[in-house]
Amino acid sequence: MTIEASAPAFRTIPDRLHGRWRALAGSWEALLLGVAATIFVADALASPYFLDLTNLSDATFTFTEKAIVALAMAFVIVAGEIDLSVGGTIALASTAMGAAAQTGAGTAELVGVGLAVGAACGLFNGFLVARVGLPSIVATIGTMSLYRGISYLVLGDTVYNGYPDSFGFFGQGYVWGVLSFEFASFGLLAVLAGIVLHRTTFGRAVRAIGNNPFAARFSGLRVERIRGVAFLLTGLAAGLAAVMLTARLGSTRPSIALGWELDIVTIVVLGGVNIQGGAGTIPGVVIAALVMGLVTTGLGLLNVPGIIMSIVVGAMLIAVITLPILARRLLHRRKPA
Amino acid sequence: MPGFDLRAALRHRELLLAAAIAVLLGAIAARFPGFVAPANLFGVFNDSAILIVMALGQAAVILTRSIDLSVAANVALTGMVVALLDAHHPGLPLALLIGVALLQGLGLGAINGWFVWKVGIPPIVVTLGTLTIYRGLAFVLSGGAWINSFQFSQSFLALPRAVVLGLPVLSWIAVAVVAVMAVVFGRSPVGRAWYAVGGNPTAAVYAGIDAGRARFLAFCLSGLLSGLCGYLWVSRYAVAYVDVASGFELDVIAACVIGGVSIAGGIGTVWGTLLGALFLGIIKNALPVIAVSPFAQMAISGAVIIAAVTLNTRAERKAGRIILRPVAGLPGRADRAPARATP
Amino acid sequence: MLRLSRISKHFPGVKALDGVDLELRAGRVTALIGENGAGKSTLVKILTGIYRPDGGEILVEGQPVRFDAPEDAQAARITAIHQETVLFDELSVAENIYLGHTPRTRLGLVNWAAVQARAAALLFGLDAPIRPRTLLKNLSIAQRHLVAIARALSVDSTVVIMDEPTAALSHKEVEDLFRILARLKASGKAILFISHKFEELHRIADDYVVFRDGRTVGSGTMAEASHDNLVRLMVGRSVDQVFPKVPAPIGAPVLEVRGYSHPTEFDDISFTLRRGEILGVYGLVGAGRSELCQSLFGITRPSAGTVAVEGRPVRIRSARDAVAAGIVYVPEERGRHGAVLAMPIFENVTLGSLGTVSRRGFLKTAEEFRLARHYAERFDLRAASLSQPVGTLSGGNQQKVVIGKWLATNPKVIMLDEPTKGIDVGSKSAVHAFMSELAGQGLAVLMVSSELPEILGMADRVLVMREGRMAGLYEREGLTAETLVQAATGNTGVRH
Repeated sequence: MTIEASAPAFRTIPDRLHGRWRALAGSWEALLLGVAATIFVADALASPYFLDLTNLSDATFTFTEKAIVALAMAFVIVAGEIDLSVGGTIALASTAMGAAAQTGAGTAELVGVGLAVGAACGLFNGFLVARVGLPSIVATIGTMSLYRGISYLVLGDTVYNGYPDSFGFFGQGYVWGVLSFEFASFGLLAVLAGIVLHRTTFGRAVRAIGNNPFAARFSGLRVERIRGVAFLLTGLAAGLAAVMLTARLGSTRPSIALGWELDIVTIVVLGGVNIQGGAGTIPGVVIAALVMGLVTTGLGLLNVPGIIMSIVVGAMLIAVITLPILARRLLHRRKPA
Repeated sequence: MPGFDLRAALRHRELLLAAAIAVLLGAIAARFPGFVAPANLFGVFNDSAILIVMALGQAAVILTRSIDLSVAANVALTGMVVALLDAHHPGLPLALLIGVALLQGLGLGAINGWFVWKVGIPPIVVTLGTLTIYRGLAFVLSGGAWINSFQFSQSFLALPRAVVLGLPVLSWIAVAVVAVMAVVFGRSPVGRAWYAVGGNPTAAVYAGIDAGRARFLAFCLSGLLSGLCGYLWVSRYAVAYVDVASGFELDVIAACVIGGVSIAGGIGTVWGTLLGALFLGIIKNALPVIAVSPFAQMAISGAVIIAAVTLNTRAERKAGRIILRPVAGLPGRADRAPARATP
Repeated sequence: MLRLSRISKHFPGVKALDGVDLELRAGRVTALIGENGAGKSTLVKILTGIYRPDGGEILVEGQPVRFDAPEDAQAARITAIHQETVLFDELSVAENIYLGHTPRTRLGLVNWAAVQARAAALLFGLDAPIRPRTLLKNLSIAQRHLVAIARALSVDSTVVIMDEPTAALSHKEVEDLFRILARLKASGKAILFISHKFEELHRIADDYVVFRDGRTVGSGTMAEASHDNLVRLMVGRSVDQVFPKVPAPIGAPVLEVRGYSHPTEFDDISFTLRRGEILGVYGLVGAGRSELCQSLFGITRPSAGTVAVEGRPVRIRSARDAVAAGIVYVPEERGRHGAVLAMPIFENVTLGSLGTVSRRGFLKTAEEFRLARHYAERFDLRAASLSQPVGTLSGGNQQKVVIGKWLATNPKVIMLDEPTKGIDVGSKSAVHAFMSELAGQGLAVLMVSSELPEILGMADRVLVMREGRMAGLYEREGLTAETLVQAATGNTGVRH
């Protein structure tokens, strides 16, 4: 054949140029881990109570539920979409559980109702984005109002409480010593999400779609189905968060989890996931959740009010994205052209 | 001359929306004729004035393929600043306070625009961050305290309510902003640049348009109008607190989307945006009249957003290239239903 | 009037321009000749201020100038008709023509009355029956080109650059364009005309410059240049060596397409593709060739017609169905449709066959690298590592990755859409050799191309499309370039 006659001797192309460790050392995740460690030390220095194990364990409750949703949201954002309806989903799932509890449903049924409503909300989002073809940002702004609106319609200014005592385990229980059920679930789900995003064909497809949905479709990937599944997973995670949050608070108001979508998106973006899709890692998201938890805990120890914490979080979001860009520009400028 | 082309008319989003509003008003009037009395309709317009003004700023931003989530936080912060100034220095002239509101709003918008233009951060991330920062600053300034109606000066509260030629000044401000924006969107170079940048960023560069600058100016406009609304909001409701206009950014975006502004950029008009805001305003005002729980409003506006964006997306769907020329004597093939395009 | 000296431009991995010289004179048409990837489009982008050169000098009327932005080039009175039409779908024709330099009123606002009137006058001068108020999205491709030409003429410029302006025009429209060109020339403008079509260049150009691999390899007056000489300069060797066509035994029908139609893009297409055969699909840019391929690949739905693979009727509703039926497609727009540029080479190669490199959904990375290495070596891929993002490779090497992705799925039919567009000469003949090899191994190849030498050199049969319809189906034997051009442009009548 012509090509074999003319082709030069084969050169061997290596799989990778640098070792994995070297790549890891310069990564966003390593930087974040450094930030987390710094804040941890600062917290420890700021308050003598911080290093107490029970105290630390208690501190995890404030961010674990958001972190669980962030794990799933990472899939949606890596796929190049966004889900702003997670707060509304939590409210609707919690309201459904409250209604079920009024009719005397047991703990198992309540968990089932919460997860099912969450999954249904996610499925509807997926339907709007993948089947109807709506831009996800508008579709989920719509469903965010719709889901929470239904909660308001059902509850008005009333409150559901009277959940069974055993239900409280999902929000307040401990599985082993100071290890809470919530934190243990988060750890387990983080490992699971990491494997799915980084080691399976589904995760690969999600990344390809986020990078270039056209090329992904032209490569024979089922773009709509994969997008739909990402939304379904996020709805399911929001359902689980609703179970935990409702169990922890012991009551449901329609304003439950108000504004959470912004905190959750912040965790994901802070974790190095590209808001425009295509890139991001689960370890990054996990570390970002820890950073957020440490910051809120630390500020809490210093008796800083919640809204100031939100300034810090907002500033952190912009700073962590801006600083590397500006630093890179400065470096380039210094190099002679 | 062929007859009236219904399908072509339906493709005109503004007409479709105006028809929807007419149907909505007709349905309400069938049972509550008082709702469509001119006096009540003017009241509805006055109630929608702030939404209209902010939606026009947001429409400029969305035209350039961006989004500004920080507008309501801008209202809260600017409103708080002018409220504090008025409460602590009652002697300050109102014109100065309004000037402060406009300048500060412009500044907050420029900060968003600067990050988008000069640093290159996606608009959703920037404004997600500034939304928490701006509202947080309102807390820092006020210490969480409310400023109530008795703390404001008379003139501060009176302006939006003053009636001129039968309409409150608040309504006139909305009318004026609509008129100015009609010129800015339709006839100013920067307005046309927004359409170009959102419609085809690459082609805009070839045409010598600075896309980043156009986007920056859109954020500035959005900030400026939000700042104006910061004063209007606090003055109209005679109260300032940290959570003023909480979640209002979603109503603003909803008004744009219902009005046919494409979230993908490059498509949308002042008139459509105006109608979109009015549509939401009518629903908000009609609910108590038709004895639906006010708690239903959120669910309804959610459903309306989904329905509106579904209709718009259908209308915008790219029909593919037109290659075939109509064969003489046959109905043009190009007029048949377009095939569905790729993502 | 305009002189370029020693202009260079580098991109990561590619030297697009390497010290080229060019001179344009008032009242003369200069032809810029070169193969795809020779650096012509890069030069146009430098002249219009889209790219900044790394080195060299631009002189306007003897004065050195710098173009930092498109406005600077406009200020220097240089205007261009770009290869891809860069226009705005949602804006009116008139605004498309005047955007960026709209007539203003005294208040600085857009003077719509003037915009409409001037646009109407321009279009009338072009003999273009297009209403200025129509939205651009409602125009056909040829009409869009006319709008692009009107846009270039709307500026009072001294230098007009035309980057393959005739690629999408029918015979009559080309004649109209040449009349306009003659008028511009007479009014003293300097014109840079880029085209592949030598007949055209001989008719209208006064001078020529030939680029090859980013260098100026020849220049002179058109009257003294012979066709063969120009081709030799352009290609760097004689033509008959370029296409390593190996006649392959042609076997049973693999793909049978009958009465295939789409509402707006193509109508009533029928052909049969056999084992070992290369079917060329020729036509003007925008004749519906890519649209036909994309529909056969399941991206858009046809409105009528049947497709059979190896005698069995198949229904293809998605690219996944097409791949399952053994049909694959290497798209024209490599960066947009072909490869995921930000992802590494090995992930791109396995993207079409994730099922075979995984077990129960779990990826087997070692298997992925094995597969990627197999094709990398088979194609002599030039890359530092298999984990390198595809976006950092040269055009030719990106194309190898995309083709490798599809060969990994063991296809029966491979459709290649402008497979050598934007590829350097060396990689080009590798792609051609490879196409021959694939046909020799019994694959059925459908090759869309706008380059006549490529079509004549590689295809066993040629299907010509014009405005979405079949304009002819020709056997290789005795086929001439004239026959194909006439079928494609609709010029069935007189010669010039």
